[in-house]
Amino acid sequence: MNKELQTQKQEVETTEGAERTRAARCYVPKVDIYSLDDGIVILAELPGVGENDVDITLEKRVLTINGFVSTAEPEGYELTYGEYGVGDFQRSFTLPDDIDQDKIEASISDGLLRVFLQKAPEAQAKKIAVVSG
Amino acid sequence: MSIPRSRTFPAINVWINEVEGVIVTAELPGVLVDSIDISVTGDTLEISGTRQPMEEASKEKYHRQERSYGDFKRSVQLPYAVNTEAVQAAAEKGVLRITLPRAEAEKPKQIAVRAAEV
Repeated sequence: MNKELQTQKQEVETTEGAERTRAARCYVPKVDIYSLDDGIVILAELPGVGENDVDITLEKRVLTINGFVSTAEPEGYELTYGEYGVGDFQRSFTLPDDIDQDKIEASISDGLLRVFLQKAPEAQAKKIAVVSG
Repeated sequence: MSIPRSRTFPAINVWINEVEGVIVTAELPGVLVDSIDISVTGDTLEISGTRQPMEEASKEKYHRQERSYGDFKRSVQLPYAVNTEAVQAAAEKGVLRITLPRAEAEKPKQIAVRAAEV
């Protein structure tokens, strides 16, 4: 599971007919996804994004993460050497069937978002009474 | 298995103001401030540290792993000597910002030009 630390950021590819309306660039956040006993965790890297700048929406079974970066460039300084671009983040995931959609928790600290998807309790076995006709 | 210490992580941006000094920013999401070491020697800045995986995650249970972990160390050659006493570093929302004021003796001097009396 160990790899050398990577640096490159990948930009979101805009599909035809769906252009972005914000001027900022948009990147695909790097994620780790792993399972716990009672659910699944998505860890997403959103550097520069605070708790009030992240939007998580769930539509049908698609979970979308949007992170907005308010770039505070150093005033009076000039960028003379740049290795990374600054922009918003966006990524979507299709959730498995066994996730309880009402029990999704998200928290962010140090630019790292953690989304916990709790597994739904197993469908209760229902007893069907049979009556004689 | 030992992993080579990365010399390209984190990616940095360097901002310069001829009089004020240099600002170096780096994206380090999920790296605790306490685990970042910053040192300045003359005109060389060094950033080093470690990024650890979450404790709750176990190796076998990964569905996807795009983030990477391990040690990193970056050296940056600054365009001029800085006042090492006045270097400041702050991390906010996973973005590190190091402010390195230019050394007083290194600042450009204004040379007054007088008209020669004829």
